[in-house]
Order: sequence, then structure tokens, then C-alpha cells
Amino acid sequence: MKLRSLLLATAGIAVGVTGMIESKAAFAAKEVFFPVMVYRTGAYAPSGVPIANGFRDYYDLLNKRDGGIEGNKVVWEECETKYNTKIGVECYEKLKGKHGGAVIVSPYSTGLTYQLIPKAPVDNVPILSMGYGRTAAADGRVFPWVFNFPSTYWSQASAFVQYVGNQIGGLDKLSGQHIAHLHHNSAYGKEANPTLKALSKKFGFKLTVLAVDHPGQEQKAAWLQIRRKRPDWVFMSGWGVMNQVAIKEGNSIGYPMDKFVGNWWSGSDADVIPAGDGAIGYKSTAMHAAGTKFPLFKDIIKHVYGGDAAKAKANNVGEVLYNRAILNAVFATEAVRKAAKAKGGTPTGADVRKALETFSIDKARLKALGLAGFANPVSVSCKNHEGTSPGVFIQQWTGTAWKVQGGFVPAMSDVVRPLVEKAAAAYAKENKIKPASC
Amino acid sequence: MFYREAGQFKSTYQTDQAIFPIVQDRWFMALVFIVAFVVIPLVADEYWHQAIIIPFLILALAAIGLNILTGYAGLVSLGTGAFMAVGAYSTYKMSTAFPDLNIIIIFLLSGVFAAMVGMVFGAPSLRIKGFYLAVATLAAQFFILWVFNKVEWFFNYSPSGTITAPPRELFGVLVTGPEASPVARYYVCLVFLVVFAFAAKNMARGRLGRSWMAIRDMDIAAEIIGIRPLQTKLSAFGISSFYCGVAGALYIFCWLGSAETEAFDILNVSFPVLFMVIIGGLGSVLGAILGAAFITLMPIFLTNAPPMIGIHLAADLQKHIEEIILGLMIITFLIVEPAGFNRLWQIAKEKIRKWPFPY
Amino acid sequence: MEVLNTFLIAPFLDMADSPIFLLEVVIGGLMAGVMYSLVALGFVLIYKASGVFNYAQGAMVLFAALTLVGLMENHVPIIVAIILTMAVMVGVAMLIERYMLRPLVNQAQIILFMACIGLNFVFEGAGQIAWGSNVKKLDIGIPENSFEIGGVLLNAFDLTAAITAAILVAFLAVFFQKTAIGRALRAVADDHQAALSVGIPLKTIWVIVWSVSGFVALVAGIMWGGKAGVQFSLVLIALKALPVLILGGFESVPGAIIGGLLIGVFEKVSEVYWGPAFGGAIEGWFAYMAALVFLMFRPQGLFGEKIIERV
Repeated sequence: MKLRSLLLATAGIAVGVTGMIESKAAFAAKEVFFPVMVYRTGAYAPSGVPIANGFRDYYDLLNKRDGGIEGNKVVWEECETKYNTKIGVECYEKLKGKHGGAVIVSPYSTGLTYQLIPKAPVDNVPILSMGYGRTAAADGRVFPWVFNFPSTYWSQASAFVQYVGNQIGGLDKLSGQHIAHLHHNSAYGKEANPTLKALSKKFGFKLTVLAVDHPGQEQKAAWLQIRRKRPDWVFMSGWGVMNQVAIKEGNSIGYPMDKFVGNWWSGSDADVIPAGDGAIGYKSTAMHAAGTKFPLFKDIIKHVYGGDAAKAKANNVGEVLYNRAILNAVFATEAVRKAAKAKGGTPTGADVRKALETFSIDKARLKALGLAGFANPVSVSCKNHEGTSPGVFIQQWTGTAWKVQGGFVPAMSDVVRPLVEKAAAAYAKENKIKPASC
Repeated sequence: MFYREAGQFKSTYQTDQAIFPIVQDRWFMALVFIVAFVVIPLVADEYWHQAIIIPFLILALAAIGLNILTGYAGLVSLGTGAFMAVGAYSTYKMSTAFPDLNIIIIFLLSGVFAAMVGMVFGAPSLRIKGFYLAVATLAAQFFILWVFNKVEWFFNYSPSGTITAPPRELFGVLVTGPEASPVARYYVCLVFLVVFAFAAKNMARGRLGRSWMAIRDMDIAAEIIGIRPLQTKLSAFGISSFYCGVAGALYIFCWLGSAETEAFDILNVSFPVLFMVIIGGLGSVLGAILGAAFITLMPIFLTNAPPMIGIHLAADLQKHIEEIILGLMIITFLIVEPAGFNRLWQIAKEKIRKWPFPY
Repeated sequence: MEVLNTFLIAPFLDMADSPIFLLEVVIGGLMAGVMYSLVALGFVLIYKASGVFNYAQGAMVLFAALTLVGLMENHVPIIVAIILTMAVMVGVAMLIERYMLRPLVNQAQIILFMACIGLNFVFEGAGQIAWGSNVKKLDIGIPENSFEIGGVLLNAFDLTAAITAAILVAFLAVFFQKTAIGRALRAVADDHQAALSVGIPLKTIWVIVWSVSGFVALVAGIMWGGKAGVQFSLVLIALKALPVLILGGFESVPGAIIGGLLIGVFEKVSEVYWGPAFGGAIEGWFAYMAALVFLMFRPQGLFGEKIIERV
């Protein structure tokens, strides 16, 4: 028994020592460090794996093809969070100081983003939460360290309404339409509700809100209501297993799939595959195109996978969420590139934040990156961290691939922006933050 | 040789009844306090505070609370997360509504709210027993979190539905909010744990604790010897929820900084706290603390150990192996010592007493 | 007055307004209930025979389904794959009996419960190491089309699940009532020591029970996995089985079925008719509240054994 307690004591001490050593890693010059929060295990692994692979491949590509960013070697480290906020906090604390300090972090979890927002100014690590997290962070005066371009949940919801308007021939025809919002019953899922409510008042369409409890395997009640009320459109804010079940349930009540639109977290390959042919026609919003037809992907297959296209496919190359991570990694590394150029050396988190405030990627730069037509150009200002042209693409599942339908649908910034500023002001007041002047 | 009570005479009932009757124990506790209050804040860095020590202290407090209910009074609860949430949300409401009120008073008042809610959901325990009682606490778990998720008043109509700890000071030092130093937050949590642990220990030794244990061991018999089941069970629920409520308030205000109801989810909080109580040893304050240490530290140790000895595995494979090892450790531990860490501790003390001449 | 109206009168008017829809909701609830019962059955079997509250049942569902899909992805014919998966589950049951149950004999229920949670971690890790964490499509040829009978929408998959559950229960009933092993199982459930003293091999019985509940887990895995793909979140359905068990009684197979159906119907009806008044997503806690109210009147559940207390 004594031996056992001795062992336990040793284990306890070892826990300590590991923590010490890990967090006091040596500083090495000419490196930029990207912490990568991944969830390759647990309930959300089907979404987490392609995202993690995307980051890994793009950073790898930069090192192998270009030798890093402006002469700085790209260093990254994965930390497994299981999509659990508590483990995520532990990961962040462990990684933030490594290799001379993280230059930017993308948490890929709404819960974790909320944790990190107040920490960012203290730790000097800017947050790029691309299309998730706190929408109010689009107001850069209150949230100087948080960036959520190219679009936010609220912009997305308004762009969806715009899309519906386009489909039925004008926003003025919206009155008399009936839209249902099927959402995950969490802070994330509820994000779109205030915007949809405001728009329903403005345009006079009827809005039904249906909440589905975590994890979302049981949605019969919601779909029975949809069957009865027959909304003209169903907009879904789902995540994980909820998406797959929703598509199946929608099918079983015979709801037309082309009137069923998911948000950008409800439109990945893993979401539609279990439903088989039933998912054909299902739509979702998107920030970028799917597939591998862009020159950058040829580079990835060539440099990262040694030309082995089958291996690349097995690593999710070209899937929606993989491409999302590529876009995210491109934004992050471009910001670092800009900061490195401005500084003429290895940038820190604070330098990257400054670069993000004037960040822009135009069509020419996208083309140079090998991503012409992949996503919309973005330009960020000190005041507006969402970018000046928020909006979405609409993609549709053909049974084998996601195809972008039609053009870019802009968000209704005139409606959304005042809501954002109001929410940001409330946050500032509650937490005694003095908004910066821009 | 060193750990003996020979020669230590007690001449009053007070000394005989002391929590640490032997002088060596007192020395040991003094050492523990020096380490906790002086050495750790000097030595530990931010990662240590934020990722390991503070969550351990807070969860230990919750585990002591649950141990009062499950260990001492024998009532199984799966609703710890909900009672913690009551503490957290009422702290948030009070600290935003009365910004000038001392934060410690708010923490304690939140505990009182949690205690009231706990007693409401504990009322069915008079009629429902054993695992069936879990339904009452499960109902609390799901219903309370639903309310906090749904009723916008609780999160001040913030569009994201999350609560954020506002910055509050204690003796001129920031103790909550993102800018509070980890050391300050550490001290707040530590003081709460120490005070509440001693309070629990004393309650358990007194009339109240004895009546809880009598109810646990056989409630009909206890009733016959004159222990009132209603008051006893409700007091267990109330005091346990008070502890959990304070722990929940600290959980948000001194650790996470902001949260939605998901942070108090059954799998995130309620089950792990129950593990701590069982692994630590039912009906023991020390056990709850040791159990909390095991459940919070072990996964972190398992994550950090392989890279230290030079094994670098893919993140997902490592996590899976970690899970398997943790599961096997729990099973093995229960087989070896079902009574938990507390029992191991007692055995260790016995052995030391006889060292170096065991018989 | 208005509040009373929204909570007490409007929902009933709504029901009366469209009886066909009410029927549809009830059927939807029954179908959901069948799925809960499938998971709850596994719990009941183990609890009856060994007094263990097997929290790992959810992970067993995942493990069985993952093994089946993994084998089928490697082009093993479906029948062979099912048999092989069953063999794996029997192997697992033997390991559990030998290395977990036997050393823990005679421990308090809560300790056994805790050990099952440890087992849960092992299953989660092992299943994912062996077969990965991706969503896997499970297609064993169950039809999924929907059709209407008299305006009531029915889904072939749901019906198949209901029929499967019925067959499974019939099979279990025959197994328990008519075979020697079944009688031995019931004897063990009644009294471990008495069963041992008349020569019933407890260890063998445990292996059999855990194997049977492995089989139930496989069936549940096929049904749940067929619905949403085989993936990690199958583990979470263990939580769905809890109110079913509490309502039906931990020791009763019919209790698991009827409890499941009741919870299913109750959830759906409450969500559809009272959900809007409360603001939605109430089915999660309504089931527990209902079970709680019910237990106030009958503390041992619907079919549980009466609790007799003596000093």
C-alpha cells in the first residue's frame, strides 16, 4: 500500500514537472508559432478531423514550398481539446508561451472563444474566430484583439434572408413567407435568433423558432411541427450529429431539400453522407468553395502528399471543413506575413494584431495564392473586424460534391451593424472597457 | 519511529476531541499550509495556476459538498452541475446588479440561493430512495440548465446567452475578471477551500453529521431512535448545495471567466465530481480533496507524460490511449481499494506508525 | 388568466383541432420510445443478473456498431460481420467478467457503477483506436422511405425498428422463461447466494448476461447508427435511457419497453403542444419531471420490485 501511495505521489510530482518544462520552452529566433486547437476525438471529431488536417497541411506546405513565412519558419503544435472548453483552456495555457509566444489563435469552438476573448489583451495573442464566437466582436473598438471576418452569424442570417428574397423575386415578397429556424439549443445555436426576429419584423415574414437539445439525436418533435406548419424555408444552425439526423428526419417527412438551408457549420461532407441520396439538393451557406480544383490544392498534393492524390483524399483534402481550415490558415499566415514585412523580422502577437487591423486580401492576392475564385476578397478596418463585405455563398449537395450555386449573397449590414454596436456597447459597459477610438 | 502518539497525554476533553490530536499531524498540517499559502504562489507559473491548481481547488470544494450529500447522508446526486450553475448565475446577477457589494458576500449569498434550490429538489428524497433518487437530481440538472439557457433575465439579455465575470476587487486587489492575477484568484479559492473543508469536517463530527450517517446507514432505524428524516435529509441537501453553489460561483468568477450553461453540463461537471467523491472515498473530507486531485491531475499528467519521455504520438491516438489508461486505472483502483484514497491514507498512517519495525 | 389559457387550455384545443396530427405525434413518440427501450433493455438485463448499473451500455452500443461497420467496410459480408461482431462482444463479456466483475463481487452498487464508468472510457478509447472517429454510414438494407396511411405519415425505418424491438423482446422473453439458462438467470436475479447454493454457476451466468446485453447493444447500435450514422455521439444515448429505467423500474424487461414508450410519447406530446408556451426544447427535462412525479406515488417505478424496509 505504501508503495502505491509513493507511486501516486511521484505521479503527482511528475504532473508538476511536465507542466513546468512544457511552459518554459526555449525561445528560438526566426520562428512563428501557431497553436492549433484540434478535436480529433469525441462527439465532434467528424468535423474536427478535416479542420485539423487543413491547418496541418497548409502550415506544412508553407515550410516545404516557401521555407516558411518571409524567412520565418512556421512552427505549430496540435493540442487535443475533445471540443471541451475546460480542456481547451488547459491547451491554450500550455501553448500560448511556447516558441517565443503564439502569434495568433483560432479556437474553433464557440465556448473556447468566449474564454479566450478576455484573455487576448492580457496575453497579447490576437484571436481569429472565422465565422464563430462572439458576433459583437465585429466592433473593433470594444474588441481590439478579436477578429471575426469574413462574416458573422448575424450577417449570415441576414444573407440567408436576402437569399430567400432573391429566390422568390424580391425582398418585398417576403411578407407572407414562413421561415423556420431549427437550432442547436446552445449559445451558438441561438446566435441567429435576434437577427431573424429583427428581420421578420422589418420584412413581415413569419418566423418559427425550433430548438433541439444537445446532442441532437432526437428531433422528431421539431420535425413534426415542421410537417404541420409547413414553413416555406427551414434555416438550420446545427452542429455534429444534429445535422445528419436533421437531414434524415427532413427526408422522412418529405420536406423539399432545396428549401432546407444549413448555416456554414451544417454543410460539410460528413453531414450529408449518412443520409445517402436523401441529402441530394440540401443547401448550406458557405464562405468559400469546396473541391480541389484550385492551384493551391495541386501544391498541397504535390508538396505535402508527394503527389499521392488518394492519400490526400483520405486526409479530407477538398472537403468543406478542410477548405475552411485552409482559408483560415491563409488569413492567419497572410496577417503574419504582413506583420513580418512591416517589422522586417519575426513578428509578435501584438504586431500581428496591428496587421490584422488593416488586413486585406484582394482578388489579385487570392490569385497569387492559387485561390482565384475560392473565396470573396476581404478587407478589415480598425473599427470593423468583420470585414467590409460580409455575406455568404450558397452551396448545394449534388450527391457526390458540394457545388456553389449562383453568386455571392451580401449581408444586410444596415440592419446587422447597429445590432453589433449595441451588443458591443453593452459588453463594454458591463466589463468596464473603454472603447478605443477608431 | 517518528509518528507515534506515545507520550502525548491529553488532560481535557477539548484536546482529546481536536481534529489533529497528535502533534505530528499538526506539524504535517502546518507544512501543508506553508506549501499551499507560501510555496505554491511563489513557484507556480500561470499555466500551473490556471490549468491545474485553481480548477483542482474549486472542484475539491464541490466534491466536499457532494460528499456531504452522497458520502455522509447516502443520497446519490447527479445534479451537482445544476447546483453549481445556480451559484454561478446568481453571483453574476448580483454582482452586475449591485456592483459595490463585496464579492465574498455575493459568493456566500449565491451559496444560499443554491441551498434553497437544492432543498426544493431534495424534498422527494423522503419518498424516493437509492438510484431512483437520481431522477430528482437529474430533473434538477436538466431543468435548471434549461431555465438558465432560456430565461434571458439570467444572462442580462446578452444576445449570446453567456455570462462573463466582471472585474471585482477585494482589499484593493482584483480577484475576478480576466485581469485578476492568477495568484490573487488562487488565494481566494484556497481560503474558501480551507475554511469550508474545516467546516465540513466539524459538521461531520458533530450532531448533524452523526444524524446524516445514521440516516445513511439505515433510515428507518434512525427514525426510530429519534432522528427526524425530513430535517436531516433536507439539511444535507441544503448544505451540500451551498458548497456546490459557492464552488460554481468560483468556477466562473475565479477560473473560467465566462461561460454558457454547457459549462455545467452533466458530463462536464456532475459525473466528474461524483467520480471524485467515489475515488476519494465516500464520507471523508480528505478523500474528496484527494479524489479531486486525482480526477483533475491524472488526465493532464497522461497528456503531458509521453512527450516528456520522448514518445510523440498523434494527438488523437494519444487521447484514446489516455482514455483507456484512465479507465483501466479507475477499475484497478476500485478493485484494489474500493474505499478510496481516504482508506489508503489511513493504511499509510498505520504503516508509518509501526515503521521501521512492523509486526 | 391568459397564462392559464396558454398552459392548460390552448394545448388541448390544439389537440382536438387536428386529431390526425395528434395521432402522428403519438406515433412519433412511440417510435422514439422504441429506440430508447432498445438501449434501456441492455441496462435492465445486466442490472437484473448482477446488480450492476452498467453505465457503459452506451459505449457498448458504440463499440458494437463501430465493429460491425468496420468489418463491413473491409468487405466482410453482412451476416458474417454480425456473427463476428457478436463473437467480439462475447469475448468482451468474458474479459469483463474475469477482470472486473469477479474481483468486485459484493461491493456496494455505487462502486460497481463507478467501475462501469471506467469501463466506459476503455470502450470509447478502444473503439475509436480500432475504427477511427469519422461518421460511418451504416446501410444494412433497411428501407427508409415514408408513406401515408389515412393522412398519418409513417416511416419504414421507424417501423422496422419497432418490429425489431418486438422480436427482440419476444426472443428475450422466451429465453428467460423457457430455457434452463433463462431460469438460472432469473434465479440469480432473485438471490445470488441462493442461486449459488443450488449449484448455478454465477460466473457463467454473468458472461451470458453480458453477452446478451452486448447483443442488445449491437441491435441498438444498428438502429441508432442507421438513423444518424455510426459516430461517437451514440455514447450519449445512455443518458436517454436513464428516465426510461427510472420510470420502468431497473429490474423489469417489460418496464424498459413500456417505460420507453411512455417517455417517448410524453416527450413528443409535451414538446409539440407545450413547447411553444415554454419556449421550446423542453423535452429534455419534461421526461425527468414526469418520472419524478410518478415516482412520488410509486417509488419503485412501474414494474420494479416493491421495496420492503425492515429494521
